[in-house]
Amino acid sequence: MAAIDWRFVRNVLLKALLLFAVLNLLFALGNPLPWIGRISGYNILFPGRLRLPYGDDPAQSYNLTLTQMDAMFASHEIGAASDDEFRVFLLGDSAIWGFLQPAEGTLTEQLNRLGLTAADGRPVRFYNFGYPTMSWLKDVLLLERAMGFEPDLILWFVTLESGTEIKQLDAPLLQYNATAARALIERYELDQDSADERLIDLTFWEQTIVGQRKLLADLIRHQVYGALWEATGVDQYLPDSYTERMEDLPADNTFQDLGPEDWRDDGYAFDVLSAGFAIAGEIPVVLINEPMFISTGENSDIRYNFYYPRWVYDDYRSALNDQCMDEGWSCVDIWDLLPGEVFTDSAIHYTPEGARMIAEDLLPWIEPYIQSVR
Amino acid sequence: MTLFQLAVMASAAFLFGRLMGTEYRRWGLFGASVVILFWLQPATPLRYADFWLPVLLLLIAVLCWVVARKEAPWKRGEDRLTLAVLFAFIAALGLPRLLHISWQLTASRPPAMTSILAALTITALLVLLLPRLGSARAKNTALTFLLLGTFLTLKTEFLATIAAGLARRLTGQSFNLAAPADLNWIGFSYISFRLLHTLRDSLSGRLPDMSLRDTVTYIFFFPAVLAGPIDRAERFLGDLQRSEVLKPEEVLEGGRRIALGVFKKYILASLLGLISLQPQLLGQVDSALWLWLLVYAYAFQLFLDFSGYTDVAVGMGMLTGIQMPENFNQPYRQVNLTAFWNSWHITLSQWFRAYFFNPVTRSLRRKRSVPAWGIILIGQAGTMILIGLWHGVSWNFLIWGGWHAFGLFVHNRWTAFRRSHNLDFLPKPESAMSRLFGILLTFHFVSMGWLWFALESPQLAWETLLRMVGM
Repeated sequence: MAAIDWRFVRNVLLKALLLFAVLNLLFALGNPLPWIGRISGYNILFPGRLRLPYGDDPAQSYNLTLTQMDAMFASHEIGAASDDEFRVFLLGDSAIWGFLQPAEGTLTEQLNRLGLTAADGRPVRFYNFGYPTMSWLKDVLLLERAMGFEPDLILWFVTLESGTEIKQLDAPLLQYNATAARALIERYELDQDSADERLIDLTFWEQTIVGQRKLLADLIRHQVYGALWEATGVDQYLPDSYTERMEDLPADNTFQDLGPEDWRDDGYAFDVLSAGFAIAGEIPVVLINEPMFISTGENSDIRYNFYYPRWVYDDYRSALNDQCMDEGWSCVDIWDLLPGEVFTDSAIHYTPEGARMIAEDLLPWIEPYIQSVR
Repeated sequence: MTLFQLAVMASAAFLFGRLMGTEYRRWGLFGASVVILFWLQPATPLRYADFWLPVLLLLIAVLCWVVARKEAPWKRGEDRLTLAVLFAFIAALGLPRLLHISWQLTASRPPAMTSILAALTITALLVLLLPRLGSARAKNTALTFLLLGTFLTLKTEFLATIAAGLARRLTGQSFNLAAPADLNWIGFSYISFRLLHTLRDSLSGRLPDMSLRDTVTYIFFFPAVLAGPIDRAERFLGDLQRSEVLKPEEVLEGGRRIALGVFKKYILASLLGLISLQPQLLGQVDSALWLWLLVYAYAFQLFLDFSGYTDVAVGMGMLTGIQMPENFNQPYRQVNLTAFWNSWHITLSQWFRAYFFNPVTRSLRRKRSVPAWGIILIGQAGTMILIGLWHGVSWNFLIWGGWHAFGLFVHNRWTAFRRSHNLDFLPKPESAMSRLFGILLTFHFVSMGWLWFALESPQLAWETLLRMVGM
């Protein structure tokens, strides 16, 4: 072997540095993240997840919160869906995702347990596209992506907390998918500012391998957790105890820091709902005002629960109803369906038993759609 | 160790390597090792622990050096200078508090200057008085017991809690809130074994004549301060005194080892750590197959984490011109348990062999009343149980040590039996089939042993073992 001199060492270091710089440059220019996100062992090595990846405590839930949509959808069970089925997609917030519910206890799985069959003989299969942040625009972002998987029916669960104009861009999923969020705002002329500072634009350096190292590491971890998902069937840490939803409420008449006198009639983001219906196109959408906890404790004459003073929620229900009538949308209002004891840590989170009750109640609303296909 | 700390240390190592052949290199390595000792020590709930724990280690190292020396410690100018530099540095660490400077090397604010000066004065008095007090053997033994006692205290939960409580009293904190984590003493397990090595070898006359500066550099050599390898002083000194300039090949190989270590420890081991043995996970997994996979993941996580760290340490050592001993040599590819222990945490095994197994078996052989197999049994069982307890004084580590002692004894007896009996119907030991069988058997025996090592109670480990075999 030829003797190595310091010049050789210097050249090795320089070449390594150059290669590192070029790779980072190409990564930033080429943005291979969507392609990388689609590389997945889910639905191949291990089963797809029953709900989109989300985890507050990855070490205990074997799940982590991702904002990379390609990876999120690649790990969902929809990737292995049969062609010969009637697909129903559920959209909504953490209540639909199934916070504090095991993967097999969510509303989606309760609906699947009904074992429905469409009129043309296809089995009806429900898919969970709920995601734990409260914004209708976040639902629309997910719906736009989910449409690629050809649903036959969409059940969109909404509540007021997700539906105010000022809250729409609060969801990190939207903020980290700023290009897609802006495209929605502009295409459907939504009453949102596409230059809003909450939308995160990465600098050139943040788009390099070094800048994206945390996301890249998360994508790898997400794949490793797939093995534990298969081994345990666990995708959320379920504590033995938690702080229960508030029964006694503060004597506070405000909603999102606004009193009745400050509230504007155009404070609801109904334009976002319209965008969702436009994206669904010919596919029927059933808009469902989701159940919430109704307190009977202290100050329950002022507020329904932690989220809502009575004045604003009553106004919202009325406005939503008017909107449905005006637009000809199919709407279901089951706001007071569930008894208080099935709610868990918040006014919108319920137990698997609560989910079962909702599934049974919705059946008459779903059946016309699945019986009308030929 | 964070990647930033690693990068800083690797850069320092490269810098000092380039100074090879000059006196600056040895002073540089001494200074860097002392500074990095304080830099790596994290803060603990015990007030000033991040200052006093490294200081105590340094002062104990000075006393060990004094006791290990044959002549008075102040005779050589270089040693006087080293002591002055060390004391001045420790005193300077207290300046941020005295001068209200916001930056400090230690993780939290240092203690008051008066207490620092008091500690240095006591140490200085001991340095002056120790050569005049008692016999060398008595002082050596006293320091050996001090180190072993401290080691035992730190490794025993109950004793560590009591010690932390007493330390809390000194700092005006609540005794009741004491916990072993208060005494999170960075690198103590390894540093104390290097100190014990210098003490024992000075008694037997094997320890070379080392200056205080070189002794401190050896004990606290920054690439190896956190988790070894446990080098031998005479070998280390040879490399430290090397005058030949660093070769480009050494720099490239050092860099390669660091890169390999980072990949193994920070990527592969971290990922395997997500799916390896955890009590919560064990309760959620139903199938025996998955249990086996979790155990395999743990086995490789542990190996990649520790050997990755060793790669980084050896690589950094190479950059400074010091070739540290290897700690691993493909341990999971060994054909029997004896070979495994010759290739897993090699420097620790060699330490116990030198200071426990060899003296014990020599002593038993002299008695003649103990049969050969009994000598092996006592020697191996004692060694493996001590290696187990080195990780922590608990039933789990005791059983883990016993598990390996049992395995080593069975292998020893089997080898002797095979030699003395005609077993031609079995494949030859060197045949491919025998080797493959040996590798698989050894790997699975070691992997099942990790259950005792990793899980929090012997009962859980036993239940898991039963579930793994379908019971």
